[in-house]
Amino acid sequence: MAVITINDKDVELADNERLNLIQAAQRAGYEVPHYCWHPALTVVASCRMCLVEVGEKRPDGAIAMQPRVVPACQTPAKPGMVVRTNSEKAKAAQAATLEYLLLNHPLDCPVCDQAGECYLQDYSYKFGRGYSRFKEDKIIRPDKDYIGENIALFTDRCVMCSRCVRFTREISGTAELQIIHRGAHAEIDIFPGQPCNNKLAGNVVDLCPVGALCSKDFLYKQRVWFLKSTSSVCPRCSTGCSITIDHHKDIVYRLRPRANPQAQGWFMCDEGRFGYKYINAADRLLSPMVRHDRHTLHVGWEEVLPVLRRQVRQAATEAPQSAWLVLSPWLTCEEAYLAVRWFRSLSPQTRLALGLVPVVGEDDRYPKDVHGHAPPLDQTRFTIRAEKCPNRLGVEAILKHYQGTIYPFDAVLEAARRGEIRVLYLTGGSPEPGWTSEHSAALEEVETVIVQDILPSPLTSVAKYVLPGATFAEKDGTFVNHAGLAQAIHRAVQPPGEARSDARIFMDLLERRGLPHAPTLRAELASEVPYFAPLKNGQLDPLGVFLTCETQGSVTP
Amino acid sequence: MSFEPVLLRNRGVPDVQRLEVYRQRGGYRALEKALQMSPAEVVQVVKDSGLRGRGGAGFPCGVKWTFLPKDHPGPIYLCVNADESEPGTFNNRILMEEDPHQVLEGIIISAYATRATTAYIYLRYEYGRCYRTMQRAVDEAYGAGLLGRNVLGRSDFHLDVYLHRGAGAYICGEETGLIESLEGKRAWPRIKPPFPAVEGAFRKPTIVNNVETLACVTHILDRGADWFKSIGVPPDPNNPRDLGSYGPKLYCISGHVNHPCCVELPLGVTARQLIEEHGGGVWKGRKAKAVVPGGISMGFLSESELDTPLDFNGPTKVGCLGLGTAAVIVIDDQTSMVDVLYNACRFFSHESCGQCTPCREGTEWMTKILARIRRGQGELSDLDQLLEIANGIGITPGTTICGLADGAAWPVKNALTKFRAEFEEYIRHHGRHHDQR
Repeated sequence: MAVITINDKDVELADNERLNLIQAAQRAGYEVPHYCWHPALTVVASCRMCLVEVGEKRPDGAIAMQPRVVPACQTPAKPGMVVRTNSEKAKAAQAATLEYLLLNHPLDCPVCDQAGECYLQDYSYKFGRGYSRFKEDKIIRPDKDYIGENIALFTDRCVMCSRCVRFTREISGTAELQIIHRGAHAEIDIFPGQPCNNKLAGNVVDLCPVGALCSKDFLYKQRVWFLKSTSSVCPRCSTGCSITIDHHKDIVYRLRPRANPQAQGWFMCDEGRFGYKYINAADRLLSPMVRHDRHTLHVGWEEVLPVLRRQVRQAATEAPQSAWLVLSPWLTCEEAYLAVRWFRSLSPQTRLALGLVPVVGEDDRYPKDVHGHAPPLDQTRFTIRAEKCPNRLGVEAILKHYQGTIYPFDAVLEAARRGEIRVLYLTGGSPEPGWTSEHSAALEEVETVIVQDILPSPLTSVAKYVLPGATFAEKDGTFVNHAGLAQAIHRAVQPPGEARSDARIFMDLLERRGLPHAPTLRAELASEVPYFAPLKNGQLDPLGVFLTCETQGSVTP
Repeated sequence: MSFEPVLLRNRGVPDVQRLEVYRQRGGYRALEKALQMSPAEVVQVVKDSGLRGRGGAGFPCGVKWTFLPKDHPGPIYLCVNADESEPGTFNNRILMEEDPHQVLEGIIISAYATRATTAYIYLRYEYGRCYRTMQRAVDEAYGAGLLGRNVLGRSDFHLDVYLHRGAGAYICGEETGLIESLEGKRAWPRIKPPFPAVEGAFRKPTIVNNVETLACVTHILDRGADWFKSIGVPPDPNNPRDLGSYGPKLYCISGHVNHPCCVELPLGVTARQLIEEHGGGVWKGRKAKAVVPGGISMGFLSESELDTPLDFNGPTKVGCLGLGTAAVIVIDDQTSMVDVLYNACRFFSHESCGQCTPCREGTEWMTKILARIRRGQGELSDLDQLLEIANGIGITPGTTICGLADGAAWPVKNALTKFRAEFEEYIRHHGRHHDQR
């Protein structure tokens, strides 16, 4: 066990542990300010914000400090090292760097999107001075709206940390961003006519420690100090990126990646990042609907549920194999579990099927090489998966446990065409469920179609009952990603109108009392279905838990 | 004291750029000698000679060579730093234009010693004539079996030499900036470690040496380490960090002198000797006010410090950064130090690569303050501000990746400490008549 002294605290390093001084200081509870260093990117040590003093303890106990300051990001923590992050010399160097960074930085915090989560602001308070000694004219550079479809560059605010440039070179591999000009006139720019529109481009906005790179989607929409953050999981593909939902007054404003080495690493793709808008969509299903011939009636839950329950029970009792429940891979494990419990409580012979699993193309792996080809698997740093749903593994595990075989959605359609289905209970939850008029035509023979979904679709227009469900941001539960990693999602906003979380609907159908409580349901699920046994205490680590041991440790992000 | 120039011995000899003439004058004798030794022995000779790098930092050349990893499967690269951009410096140009084969011989010997199989001569773009003479010399050498496979019939020694023309940036003279530029990237100096000797050009071990250093290697091999050590200044016994300043040195004399020139002298001559004996005295019968000892980044000597010996240690004793490239720029007593300093600061802010914050912003800030002082809007407090910036960007060690900020800081520090009265006088009176009206 090696020991390194940070200021006056001793920090223990595990064997073979490779930390730089920023990380070691973090462990001791000291913050070393930094801009250019990011754990996922190469070290350039160019912002010079993390300057600290280092020295060593001599065998006689005396401490010998080096005369030079060193960048903490570039200096590996070595046993016996003595580091001063807050000595006069270190503080003077940090304050000087901060002053230089602010020389040409515009004082436009009141109109800057980053204000409130800006490292220039934060460090100015902690490490800088309260006024500027710069009497000259600031260099003014043009804002660049053309940097990318989803990103805008406020060139003046840039601190030249080059994180964005390194991201496009090292993570996306697309290398659209570069630095042009030299010295104090250096700017971030693109190659003419080659905007930064790769599928990971939105990450440069998160990486930017200041307000230089802004998301056009979020720009001027909300001050960040009003936002509440809820941790969740991106549902747009089976990678299951850990995310944070930023919301205010029941409106989701943006999604940001939440670092999780077990899931995706540090980043998320633009498909997920900007693919949240359906949550706030104007055409969301807001109340239960019942169709009588050609008329659709909006009804209350208390009216529709008893009728629906009775009708399904009747069908299930008379001809159990003609009652089908389709579990969408967008349901949480708890919801799928409650649905199955209800359906099977009507009759053990009722049929359970897996909903449509949308697959688009092939897994999209990064960084791309110069020809745009995917890297070898072991060098993959980010994957956008072809399977565009969050919880196929979780739903399948439940289906497997209760039914043994998993009927694919095609089997449902065939049975429907053959007229073998009396009651079909379809669950949704996807913004792009892929329902077509072909599907709805196939369901014409079905006596009662019940659709529980979030948005209107060809199926909702043929359904007898339409139940408004909730999106991932409106419910608690568990998603299992492609590698068997179970992660918790949390409710950030209320479902709109009369819409309810799917778990609550199934609880009502089951006639269970109370509201769904995810940890309780999770524990119950774990005791019923062995696959979920690791979740038996109901709690989930923020980074998730692997459910299948064979996938553990061999995960490509 | 009689001193026989060796580096410039072929200067002015007609057609010495041609291989055959160079050979008649004893050329490539040193290479043949070197090839009879083992590479390790050649390194040892260079180490024994105490040769220090002529590019500015004065790092011992032989020691640098020993940093190469042992038994590396290769390739190992030799980069010849001919991006001579320090203001006032033109000795590499003279060497390459007047005696290209001497440089090439040094390159071949050094490549042999370091087991390099490829040498890149990184030439600043503006040196068109150097490019032509060097390229001719390289072509001739290939034709004569001095380059290519089996150099001089040695089956175990192959060497290719390429000339690479830079695009004209001061920062390309920094060794890792040079390597980045050579690789086709932005010349942003690299963080060290790893040092180039371990991981340099194309991620392979690389030695970067100045043109003059390599030219010296030729003569060290020809005449021996002891001959080299007989020239120059031995180390100061009171200073354990002084490694001594041995050998001949090319001094460039420019600025306000009657006869700007490049002369070869033993290390340790004084600035006054250079001005009076070689530069023909200060022009127009004026007196020197300040002298740059070795390229503008080294700072200034005041008139009273002109007797400082210009060896690797001398300038540091009077508060300068070092000997640098030994490019002596003379400033006469009619010139304003404010203008001189403004010019220096403008140069460094223009040439700062923009990677490290202190250098990128600090050099620009200093330039803007000096521009304002020159406009007549200076304040006395600006001088302390300038000193604080200089201290923050370059005098405090470790604040930036490379040495450019140090070079930008020392002239400011020197000018403001040695000529403070002149700056104060300037601020008080210059441009103030507008206010009085």
